[in-house]
Amino acid sequence: MTARATRATTRRVLRQLARDHRTIAMLLVLPALLLTLLWWMFGDTPDPATGQPLFDPLGARLMGLFPMLIMFVITSVTTLRERTSGTMERLMASPASKGDVVVGYALAFGLVASLQALVLVGYSVFVLGLDINGATWALALIIVLDALLGTALGLAASSLARTEFQAVQMMPAVILPQLLLSGLFMPRSELPQVLGWVSDVLPMSYAIDGINHLLAGDTSSIWPQVAILAGFIVASLILGVSTLRRQTA
Amino acid sequence: MATGGQRYAVAITDLVVKRGGKTVIPGLSLQIPQSELVGLLGPSGSGKSTLMRSIVGSQIIAGGTVTVLGSPGGARELRTRVGYVTQAPSVYPDLTVRENLEYFGALVGAPKKAVTATIATVSLGEQAEQLVGTLSGGQASRVSLAAALLGGPDLLVLDEPTVGLDPVLRNELWAVFRDLADQGVTLLVSSHVMDEATRCDRLLFMRDGHVLADGTLKEITSQTQTHTAEEAFLKLAAQEGTS
Repeated sequence: MTARATRATTRRVLRQLARDHRTIAMLLVLPALLLTLLWWMFGDTPDPATGQPLFDPLGARLMGLFPMLIMFVITSVTTLRERTSGTMERLMASPASKGDVVVGYALAFGLVASLQALVLVGYSVFVLGLDINGATWALALIIVLDALLGTALGLAASSLARTEFQAVQMMPAVILPQLLLSGLFMPRSELPQVLGWVSDVLPMSYAIDGINHLLAGDTSSIWPQVAILAGFIVASLILGVSTLRRQTA
Repeated sequence: MATGGQRYAVAITDLVVKRGGKTVIPGLSLQIPQSELVGLLGPSGSGKSTLMRSIVGSQIIAGGTVTVLGSPGGARELRTRVGYVTQAPSVYPDLTVRENLEYFGALVGAPKKAVTATIATVSLGEQAEQLVGTLSGGQASRVSLAAALLGGPDLLVLDEPTVGLDPVLRNELWAVFRDLADQGVTLLVSSHVMDEATRCDRLLFMRDGHVLADGTLKEITSQTQTHTAEEAFLKLAAQEGTS
C-alpha cells in the first residue's frame, strides 16, 4: 500500500460526493429529521419506570441506526457502481493495491459518516433536548462508530453483490437482523438461547449495549463495546479487501 | 540490450480461455514484436477483447502461457508498464477531465505536468475542466485513453479506441498511435473496421477465438492474392470454411 494512492482515492471520492449537493444535504439532514419524528411522538410521554420522557432511551438507542443504514446503502451502491462501470477493473490493473482502494474509500466515507453522526448527536442533544445519564461525548463516539460500521459493512457487502438489485437487498439482509436482535425490541438476556448466540456475533448488539450503559449513567463501562465495534469495523474492511479480484472469468 | 525473453513485447503459447462454460479461445499462440503498431482485426465476438484481457492479466485463463515484456501476464511489475483501455470508457462521469487524469496519474506516480501534456495529446484541451459525463461518447473514450497514457507505458492495449469517432478524430488518434510506436511503445489496437489495417505495422486477423493470419498487410494480401485487408479476411475465412 502507498499513502499517495490511498490519499488520491480519498480525495477523488470526496470530490465526487461534493459534486452531488442533494446527496450531501440528505446525508446531513435526513437522520435529524427522522429523530425529530421520534421526539414528536415520545417527547411528552413519560417512561413509567423513571418518569423521564420516553424519547430519551428510544432516541438514544435508535439514533445509531440511521447513520448506519444510510452509510451502508450509500457505500455499497457507490462501490458497486465502480465495479459495473469498469473503473474498478482499471484500478485493479493499476499499481494501486486493493488496500489503497478500500482504505481510500473507507477514509472518504468514514469522514462523511462521522460528520453525519456528529450533526445528529448535536441536534438531538442541543435542539431536541435528548437527555442521557452518561456523557454526551461517549454517545457521540458510539454513534460515529455505528456510522463507520455501516460504511465498512457496505464496502464488504458490495463485493458480494453482482447487480444493483442485489446490492439494494443487502441492506435488509445485513442490517435488519441486527436491528431485530440487538436488544432494541427485547433485552438481549431474554432472547431465546440460539438467538442470543446469534445476537452475540452481530455488531449492532454492542452499540445498543454501550448505549444502555450510558442510559444507566455508567460512562466508564462502554470501552469493551467500543473495542468490539472497532474490531468489527476493521474485520469488515479486511473482508472488503479480500473479496476484490484482479482477475475475472 | 535485447535479451532473449524481451525480443517480443507479448508472447503467447497455447492460450485457452473458457467463459461461462464455453471455450472462447481454444489454444492460441502468437508473438507481438516490440515497438510496433499491431492491429487486431476481426468481427465482434471473435475473441479480441478476451485476448486483450488475457494479455493485461485481468482474464482468468484455463491453460497456456502469456508472457508480457518478459514477465508473466498480470504480474505486479507490469502494472506501471502496461496501459489498457476497455471498450467502455472506464472513467468517472462526475469528475472533470483533469480531475480524472489527476487521479489516475497519482495512482501510477505520473508527474502533475504529464496531465496537461496528455490532455493535449488526445486533443481535449478545450474540455479539460468539463465533467466527463457531459462529453460526447468519443470524447469520453479519449479521456479513457489519456488515463492509460499517463504512466508512460511500454505496452498499450487498446480495445476499439476509434469506434464512433468522426474521420478527422480517427485520423488524429492513429497519428498519436504512430507517434507512440515511433517512440518505442508497443501498441495492440483492436478494431472491426478493416480499413484501419493500412495504419498498422502488423496485423492479426482473429476469428472464432483463433488467429486467421499474422503478418504485415503486404504479406497477407500477397499470400492471399488480394488487394485489401477486407478481401484477404473474406478469402481466408472462406478457405477455412471449406477445409
